[in-house]
Amino acid sequence: MKLNRQSNIYTVVYIIIMVVVVGAALAYTSMALSERQGENERADKMRQILASIHVVPAAGEKPAEVFDWYIAEQKVLDASGQVVDGENAFDIDVAQQSKLPSDKRLLPLFVADVDGATKYIIPMSGTGLWGPIWGYISIDADGTTVYGAYFAHKGETPGLGAEIDKPQFCNSFDGKHVIKDGVFQPISVVKPGMRPTGNEDYVDGISGGTITSKGVSAMLDNCLVPYRAFLSAVNREKN
Amino acid sequence: MAEKVSLRSVLFNPLSRNNPVVVQVLGICSVLAVTVKLAPALVMGLSVIVVLAFSNVIISLIRNTIPTNIRIIVQLVVVAALVIIVDQLLQAYMYDVSKQLSVFISLIITNCILMGRLEAFAMSNKPWPSMLDGIGNGAGYAIILVIVAFFRELLGSGTLLGYQVVPQWCYDHGYVNNGLMILPPMALIVVACIIWVQRSRNKELQE
Repeated sequence: MKLNRQSNIYTVVYIIIMVVVVGAALAYTSMALSERQGENERADKMRQILASIHVVPAAGEKPAEVFDWYIAEQKVLDASGQVVDGENAFDIDVAQQSKLPSDKRLLPLFVADVDGATKYIIPMSGTGLWGPIWGYISIDADGTTVYGAYFAHKGETPGLGAEIDKPQFCNSFDGKHVIKDGVFQPISVVKPGMRPTGNEDYVDGISGGTITSKGVSAMLDNCLVPYRAFLSAVNREKN
Repeated sequence: MAEKVSLRSVLFNPLSRNNPVVVQVLGICSVLAVTVKLAPALVMGLSVIVVLAFSNVIISLIRNTIPTNIRIIVQLVVVAALVIIVDQLLQAYMYDVSKQLSVFISLIITNCILMGRLEAFAMSNKPWPSMLDGIGNGAGYAIILVIVAFFRELLGSGTLLGYQVVPQWCYDHGYVNNGLMILPPMALIVVACIIWVQRSRNKELQE
């Protein structure tokens, strides 16, 4: 019997076989490579955390080793500033936590040791214009002065919103204060030339990237406020 | 003997005389997008060569079994599967590059060169010539990508493959990187210059 290559049955069977074969091949590739990809993602996250304390691993260095060298402690706090046991700060999904009410969140905190000085690194997550934005902000041992910040985005507009991951923008946070005159106030991002309505510290937003700048401001607000108890306690201790 | 000559032309014609980018003007989209720096352009070029060679061979192997009314779908599935595999491999072994190329690797699927070669060549030729055709066309695409990226990175950032090549004293004497080269339209202008040079040297292509 000669196979009729143009018949409907042949076409349907052909498609089914093709889909199964291709699906199996893709599933196998994905399974075989997922471990390495996961490692790369972890290394990338470590790089980002280190960027917030102005540390960039050199070309030959393994991010994990540099990370272990600088990051002295990783802990998870609750809204009252108490340490929560049995949680791993590195594995907490900040994007998910940032959607919960601020008193119900698990708050990861990385304690870095930069040349003998303690820095507290706080992860943040929010939304820009087109998709998620995230970042890390490091705060000095006095609990108020910003030591460094790092921002990243999934797909903001190049040249406009996407500028938030550039050093010019990230470095403008250095030296700002989150506690002013004993009051806790996250830094705002405002239009260049303008001032915020309160007396909090502010940085210039990006011209043409208004929504992304507002997103950064909202993210700072949303993600720093839960740490108020902890940072205030650190600040009181130092004064 | 006659076949040998034709195999050679299958491999080498796309490099210049029948180049997919500057003669057939296919795949322009990714030329704009990934040629700001040389390194991603190289990886992109290699990825297209690999995907094009393998998809040509696979389609050529099964060309007699494909029902004609779904042949485009079959070609798409093969290309899409290969692209996903390349993407996964890049994520696993060249994470930084894959972050830089991000969406453009997946967009290889929509690169007209691929579907064009599958439909025009692989559907009616044996696997070996199909593979040469894939490599040739992929290389023709990659060459243009690399030439464009070379000029854009050199003039736009003063670097090549990330290394500084324009010496500091040039900057001290007032030389400034041309920011315009980093913007997408300049890729088109560089491609146009390549087309100009190529046509003026190659009388056959003049219309």
